[in-house]
Amino acid sequence: MWHVLASLGILVCAIQAIRSQRLLMSALWLAGTSALVSLLLYLLGAPEVAVIELSVGAGLVTVLFVFAINIAGEEAIHLRSPLPRVLTWVTVIAATVLVGWMVFPGMAMPASVPVAEPSFTTTLWVDRRVDVLLQVVLIFSGVLGVLGLLSEGRAGAQKESRQ
Amino acid sequence: MTLNITNVAVLVVLGLFATGFYGLLAVRNLIKVVVALQILVKGAMVALVAAGNLTGQLQAAQSMALTVIVADTIVAVVALALAVQVRRCIGTLDIKALTSLKR
Repeated sequence: MWHVLASLGILVCAIQAIRSQRLLMSALWLAGTSALVSLLLYLLGAPEVAVIELSVGAGLVTVLFVFAINIAGEEAIHLRSPLPRVLTWVTVIAATVLVGWMVFPGMAMPASVPVAEPSFTTTLWVDRRVDVLLQVVLIFSGVLGVLGLLSEGRAGAQKESRQ
Repeated sequence: MTLNITNVAVLVVLGLFATGFYGLLAVRNLIKVVVALQILVKGAMVALVAAGNLTGQLQAAQSMALTVIVADTIVAVVALALAVQVRRCIGTLDIKALTSLKR
């Protein structure tokens, strides 16, 4: 029952995040989506990733969005979409049907026998250590990105104070 | 089709994919494009964990989902930094205004 409620909440929050005209509201709906996705991940039996998604997806990313909207300013664009509406819908429906066509045959397979897996710690730090190295490199790139954002903010503030 | 958790998770994946993809195609605000990308990637993450649940390999699925979370966050950070720069240089977040790479 909880997973159905969480799923409905995820879809409502995601649609509202796209439909909302204000950027700040959009970021808050996205945070709600992240929080409910983390609940669904927990119910699917992945508590470690659920906690990380809750703290990073609903926490850090929302703070970054609010920070960026604060710097860039709230600008709701009411203009028409770059593509014709019919073409947009046809493309979205075709892509979704294609994904469903690829996914649903896998659902019909008989449930596999649970494999004796190593713990999450062993899987992450030993079996997938190249992924961890990649994550470290990505985090350094992200830090550089944040530093660029902050330094630009400082440069802009100095320019404004000079004027 | 019964409403067990794996089936519901697959429906959520399709819903998130459709919503995010629609946002990428239909939205003209650069920050909202990043929001749409985040929604799309959340669909991919739920798909990974649901596949792990279905095949009984949850730990491998969790470690891959962790990589997706890290990569997704870094993409959001860099994309938001770019959006701020675009706003400073061009004065708008409208992606239709991005017709030139010159300042």
